[in-house]
Amino acid sequence: MSIMQYNGGSVIAMVGKDCVAIASDLRLGNQSLGISSNFEKIFAMTERTYVGLPGLATDVTTLHEQLRYRLNMYTIKEERTMEPETFIHLVSSTLYEKRWGPYFIEPVLAGMQKTPSGAFRPFVASTDLIGCINFAKDFVVAGTASEKLFGVAEGLWEPDLEPEDLFETISQTLLNAVDRDAYSGWGAVVHVITKDKVVKRTLKGRMD
Amino acid sequence: MDISFALTGKGYVLVAADTTAARSIIKMKSDEDKIKVLSPHLLMAFSGEPGDTVNFAEYVERNLRLYHIRHTYPLRPASAASWIRRSLAESLRSRSPYSVNLLLGGYDTATHTPELYWVDYLGTMTSVPFGAHGYGSYFALSLLDRYHDPEAGLEEGLAALRRCIDEVSKRLVVSPGKYKVKVVDKDGVREIEL
Repeated sequence: MSIMQYNGGSVIAMVGKDCVAIASDLRLGNQSLGISSNFEKIFAMTERTYVGLPGLATDVTTLHEQLRYRLNMYTIKEERTMEPETFIHLVSSTLYEKRWGPYFIEPVLAGMQKTPSGAFRPFVASTDLIGCINFAKDFVVAGTASEKLFGVAEGLWEPDLEPEDLFETISQTLLNAVDRDAYSGWGAVVHVITKDKVVKRTLKGRMD
Repeated sequence: MDISFALTGKGYVLVAADTTAARSIIKMKSDEDKIKVLSPHLLMAFSGEPGDTVNFAEYVERNLRLYHIRHTYPLRPASAASWIRRSLAESLRSRSPYSVNLLLGGYDTATHTPELYWVDYLGTMTSVPFGAHGYGSYFALSLLDRYHDPEAGLEEGLAALRRCIDEVSKRLVVSPGKYKVKVVDKDGVREIEL
């Protein structure tokens, strides 16, 4: 079994109309043995940028601490917050730095990007474990249930969903995908991000 | 194979570990203490590669003691756990990694909450209501799913712990005979005879 599947866990992010959503399960396991049903993999980096870090759990914590440090240094030096598109490049270079001994994480990012006119546009992206960026227009998935997430999302997602509809779509996608994956599940958490607020909801899932 | 359990209750954390020191199929000792007292309100049960375990536990103990002396107050459980996790995560990608699994039980004297962290040799850390390491985890986790109550008093907590130990003794082929049990609460750390 691959080290990427050792602890289990999945993350998905979707674009909506003037909003984005990012969701993950809450399981932490040791192969098939469940250890915790409260292991969050999604972290708020700035007020409008959220990153999900599915993969090896030790690297989830280490990479989160590393990214938080680099983001804080940027914020202090530049005296401004980092935009999501900049942040995904920071994630990419942080991962590529460890090209020959990588962090076993496939990050997923969701945020609201500031445009030159001052408006906000939804932004999602993901990378592989060595930092190759995938800019997507619709949705991105990662983790042990990624194949299932691709299938369900492909069927349920449609363009220009309002925040409430996007929440419903991403929740159903995640819950139904992780029910077909033994290494993901045990509850879920969803963040819906709009330009001026973020709503976090914890979902009940099947506990088997 | 070492076995350790820990569970939280109303204002306390119970930590238990077996007391056998074995080499291959031979028991060398049956009164080994595998639970270290790291600070006035922090306990650590350690298991894993013999040699690594005691060495790492003492390294942690001395560093937390140094922090206590330098600052006159000890690290709070969450911060101590974070530091210990980082030590393990850095060690994992070094030339000679420690293979040590931990259960960290502490009582936060600032927020008056009992805290329990499950940590493995990879540097995986998570906050749990109850946890276990070794072969005992296959029995204890499912038992505690049914019988654990975060609001239970000490006697009820000990009863749940006894269930885990009894089940391991009954079902595990190579079960250890004796356990050491320690508790941490607002009054600090003390040992309990089961």
